[in-house]
Amino acid sequence: MKYTEDDLKKELETQEYEYGFYTDIESDTFPKGLNEDIVRAISQKKNEPQWMTDWRLDAFRIWQEMKEPEWANVRYEKPDFQAISYYSAPKKADPNKSLDDVDAELLEMYKKLGISIDEQKKLQGVAVDIVVDSVSVATTFKKTLAEKGIIFCPISEAIQEHPELVKKYMGTVVPKTDNFYAALNSAVFTDGSFCYIPKGVKCPMELSTYFRINEGGTGQFERTLVIADESSYVSYLEGCTAPARDENQLHAAVVELIAMDDAEIKYSTVQNWFPGDKDGKGGVFNFVTKRGICETNAKISWTQVETGSAVTWKYPSCVLKGNNSVGEFYSIAVTNNFQQADTGTKMIHLGKNTKSTIISKGISAGKSQNSYRGLVQINSRAENARNFSQCDSLLMGDQCGAHTFPYIEAKNTTAQIEHEATTSKIGEDQLFYCNQRGIDTEKAIALIVNGFSKDVLNKLPMEFAVEAQKLLEISLEGSVG
Amino acid sequence: MLKIENLHARIEDKEILKGLNIQVNAGEVHAIMGPNGAGKSTLASVIAGKEEYEVTEGNIALNEKDISELAPEERAHEGVFLSFQYPVEIPGVTVTNFIKSSINETRKAKGLEEMPAKDLLKMIREKSELLEIDRKFLSRSLNEGFSGGEKKRNEIFQMAMMEPKLAILDETDSGLDIDALRIVANGVNKLKSNDNAVIVITHYQRLLEYIVPDFVHVLYDGKIVKSGSKELALELEEKGYDWIKEELKA
Repeated sequence: MKYTEDDLKKELETQEYEYGFYTDIESDTFPKGLNEDIVRAISQKKNEPQWMTDWRLDAFRIWQEMKEPEWANVRYEKPDFQAISYYSAPKKADPNKSLDDVDAELLEMYKKLGISIDEQKKLQGVAVDIVVDSVSVATTFKKTLAEKGIIFCPISEAIQEHPELVKKYMGTVVPKTDNFYAALNSAVFTDGSFCYIPKGVKCPMELSTYFRINEGGTGQFERTLVIADESSYVSYLEGCTAPARDENQLHAAVVELIAMDDAEIKYSTVQNWFPGDKDGKGGVFNFVTKRGICETNAKISWTQVETGSAVTWKYPSCVLKGNNSVGEFYSIAVTNNFQQADTGTKMIHLGKNTKSTIISKGISAGKSQNSYRGLVQINSRAENARNFSQCDSLLMGDQCGAHTFPYIEAKNTTAQIEHEATTSKIGEDQLFYCNQRGIDTEKAIALIVNGFSKDVLNKLPMEFAVEAQKLLEISLEGSVG
Repeated sequence: MLKIENLHARIEDKEILKGLNIQVNAGEVHAIMGPNGAGKSTLASVIAGKEEYEVTEGNIALNEKDISELAPEERAHEGVFLSFQYPVEIPGVTVTNFIKSSINETRKAKGLEEMPAKDLLKMIREKSELLEIDRKFLSRSLNEGFSGGEKKRNEIFQMAMMEPKLAILDETDSGLDIDALRIVANGVNKLKSNDNAVIVITHYQRLLEYIVPDFVHVLYDGKIVKSGSKELALELEEKGYDWIKEELKA
């Protein structure tokens, strides 16, 4: 039997979201809706100090005055913020439990995701802080890290144990007033990770967090703060999958990175939230604010593989404040069916001799829309700033869209800015060539897409690269050009 | 090895092959020559199973098995190899990675395990030595930025790795200078055996000085109109195709 494009298309349509299952765990869930009392209740639930409660309330008041942004190249029905429950914790979670005590059902869930804790435990060199819904249920390798003075813990714990650090840095990179979703997150965030690397310390392992939405109808508002003190180094991995749901789920995270003098932070993300079904029903709204600040000689490198979510709105950015600082952004964004992604970066050059690199690979299939949006801004005092941007788009079929919106603002004549962009389509000739060499069409697409994305895949830490490749294949199965 | 009977094929509404017959036995080298537009490349594509071409009549049998309804990758698994006239570029996919996929997909289709990396590397080393290929070349992206000669050598290298039963070389000599031509031809000669067969499609007699055919066929207007020994190629080179057209009219 011949395996034709039509067969492939059919197969895709009938293919359920691979990670679309729902684990029944008793949850402690707040009533739907958002007001000052809910904000206070979240803070109380977390036993937070008064300053934190006040910070949240301030953010909430700011948020109330703000409007949802509409400039992105995405169309969706705006979420009803009063129809969301803002707190949900797996009831059996207890941060003091050892991994062996973790709920069997949770373990099963991780197994389905291919990230079982059992496996994770064996994965040497990876410390895992797993977030299920809103509360961390397990933290590993803490001791090893503690010996080096590295703090890696849920942010709620950091608020209790290291209030001076949280108070000093939270909101300094992404202020409460930054944007609608950042303000919302500041008011209602329930968990996330906190990481502090002391002066001169190279973190000996990849720090890793898996986020996951589980409770139906609950939003998830993660808050992550990574501080790399002078001359330190850390590589941080974040990956997420979400179970299939009919109602749209809102995910509005904030990630702040602080790289002090001579420090380096590498932040990698694999995002695989539920993208909605073949008719564009359901799926996660992923409205994320990620930004890092680089002091003198510091470097921040963002790498992301975005395959999931119905709507993505995300621009991991670098503020190159210190002289000679370096910002990098490597991205693969895949959209299929009715997915919409508007993603890119902002490189803000403030210091002298600052350098930034942007490599963006957009892959669109089905009826999806995939936009790259990037800003390269060279401040008037940023002598000899340099930027190189490359934005490549790969199209499959004739019903999807690829868009590029590069913004360049150069206020210093010594700036060197390069921008390259290409658009290509997977051709029949390429597929036939692969077929002739014994490679079927589906595998051929995976091969071509992996080749197209290689520059970015290479930037991922080894253990993530494999998962990312698998994800690319799953996301594009059945979409033929 | 290969038996084609009364093959008719068309692309869209245009009939290109009009009742073609050919038989190729194991251990033989056949050359197919003919003027532009005679259907030479179409024949290669139809044997390989390119979907744009519709077979309206006749059949293609490989080792007595009809392959005319098989998908192109299934024909490849059966041992059909086509060296393309214009090999495509696949950016970011190295030659090694591509060949690994080819071999392992073919093995999978036969119910075999993937080839262990060690064996694959050994095979790559042997075949690249046989074909005098610099191994640095293997870590480059497939055909991307390759010269004409490099592309064709890459095709022959893949052929060596795939060990096909039937290799079809479609205008492998086009765009090659004499040195590249010699290297490619040497490669083909080294890979020839009593268990496989080669079809050489060419415009010119030049390549046949290096890959000596057992039979030469003239393809004209969608049919094999004349067959002979290697001397026929020389005659064609000397006299062109007009005399064959005249003969056909007579």
